[in-house]
Amino acid sequence: MSEFFQQSLNGLSLGAIYALIALGYTMVYGVLRFINFAHADVFMVGAFLGYYLAKLVPAASLWGGLAVMAGAMVGCALLGILIERLAYRPLRRGPTLNVLITAIGVSLLLEYSGQLGFGAAPRTFPVLFPQRDLRIGGLVISSTQVLVIVVAAALLLALQGIVHRTRIGTAMRALSLNATAAQLVGINTDVVISFTFGLGSALAAAGGILYAMNYPSIDPLMGVMPGLKAFVAAVLGGIGNIPGAALGGLILGLVETFVAGSPWSTYKDAIAFGVLIVILLCRPAGLLGKFTVEKV
Amino acid sequence: MPKPHLALLAALAAAGVIARCSGLIDPYYLDVLTIIGINVILAVSLNLVNGYTGQFSLGHAGFMSVGAYLSAAVSLFLGPRLLGPDPSALGQGLFFLGALLAGGLAAAAAGWVVGIPSLRLRGDYLAIVTLAFGEIIRVVFQNVDALGGALGLNGIPPYTTIFWVLAFAALTIFTVTCLVHSTYGRGFLAVHDDEIAAAAVGLNPTRYKIVAFVVSAFFAGIAGGLYGHFRLTITPAGFDFTKSIEIVVMVILGGMGNTPGVILAAILLTLLPELLRPVAEYRMIIYSLLLIVLMILRPQGLFSLKLGRRKPAGD
Repeated sequence: MSEFFQQSLNGLSLGAIYALIALGYTMVYGVLRFINFAHADVFMVGAFLGYYLAKLVPAASLWGGLAVMAGAMVGCALLGILIERLAYRPLRRGPTLNVLITAIGVSLLLEYSGQLGFGAAPRTFPVLFPQRDLRIGGLVISSTQVLVIVVAAALLLALQGIVHRTRIGTAMRALSLNATAAQLVGINTDVVISFTFGLGSALAAAGGILYAMNYPSIDPLMGVMPGLKAFVAAVLGGIGNIPGAALGGLILGLVETFVAGSPWSTYKDAIAFGVLIVILLCRPAGLLGKFTVEKV
Repeated sequence: MPKPHLALLAALAAAGVIARCSGLIDPYYLDVLTIIGINVILAVSLNLVNGYTGQFSLGHAGFMSVGAYLSAAVSLFLGPRLLGPDPSALGQGLFFLGALLAGGLAAAAAGWVVGIPSLRLRGDYLAIVTLAFGEIIRVVFQNVDALGGALGLNGIPPYTTIFWVLAFAALTIFTVTCLVHSTYGRGFLAVHDDEIAAAAVGLNPTRYKIVAFVVSAFFAGIAGGLYGHFRLTITPAGFDFTKSIEIVVMVILGGMGNTPGVILAAILLTLLPELLRPVAEYRMIIYSLLLIVLMILRPQGLFSLKLGRRKPAGD
């Protein structure tokens, strides 16, 4: 029984990270209707920014850790805005396929520039926050896991607040409903799209640091797998749907952790893709998405 | 005899002549030529899906790996039994042909299995699902101990000669060109241009997509078989996402739906890394920058001469 709880806890903390990355995919899809492949690599850059910033603050201190996280989030937000401005904006009126190809290009560019700049060999992520393990019966709760879940939950709530309670959040929702109509009522779409990219990339950076705290080995290709899985999570919850992305992330994290603890563990990477294929076949709109009939 | 058939015969004859003279060619150039041939097969077959039919598959390396593994397994496990201790050149050639075809058919079957569920999806989703299938195929190969697991298969007999590579490259180009220019094949272009309009005039878009997918997977499987019997060792990691991307870049660089352009791009992108060996670590950076800059400045591809002949399917 204690193993069940232990695995659930591991699954929840992994799922919380997937949820943070999935939000970026979902928000960009909501306003621009395309899959930002480079998002997974912004996640990687976030982890590396954390790695370098951590050298500037005292190790294993709460405020130092938070400062590193905030710094990485700001850095990645700027990176996200820059990517959108340079690579995606010139193609906004073009066919979707071209934007998709560009996104793959940006993703590869970040990965391989990372290999040149940061080096291809994995690095050990430093200890950012004070660590302590709590033992309850046979259950070991590490402070890192608790921190991951708490930070992710706080960021999710903050995001929900931004999207539903602020002017720019309202503009984001308007844009995702109907871009032309949003422009007609005076919304500056460029600003809103930049903001969306910044917000999504900041969440990815937070996800990257939390992931690196849980699995403290970072390399320039570390984003690929979590990125794909977070995308699956976004589709699972219904792409374009913010609570859906969180739900999908948690489900996927739990499923994966339980598979990893079973005799089928070597297939754990294939599971996520299996889930994706099943969901697209049975319920393409996702768990929380609304099914819309395509009009010709 | 129609022109394409003549061209095919001429190409096969040329392949035979080059194979005869292969002793005179520097082995290094022969190797490069072999890789060029294999890449041409891969790029031209992918062009049928990503170019002519307007879908976006990111799983071509997955199909290649199916063909590579199956044909290598046939030569490794059945070869000694069927061929005996010292086989004749003809017997060995026929056996290799059989192994390649078996690999191609297995890849085609995989394409069919993958295509039926996923081709109902469009654009981004299709790209992700094909990517997912490519990764699943890789994970499965990594876990099958009979096929060497993560270490892959070693000691594959060196059956691939320049003749087989050039012959199959010619056959791929011939098949794709004839298919696209046939009455039936116009349907691929119709699906590319406008799926809804194609369905409205009575074409079945899903079926066209599946046919394109299966044919393209078949040739990817053949290319995989040739690759395995050329490198003599295959590992699951050799057929990952990066390999698929490399083929996609060839198609995009050459111009989607432009076979001569894609052939040129395949040749160019095989030669470039050979020429750029001193700066090998920049190769993927160059590829990715090429993708971005091309999409922004010249989305029809580098080698597209007929500008504006067909408008891209806009949305």
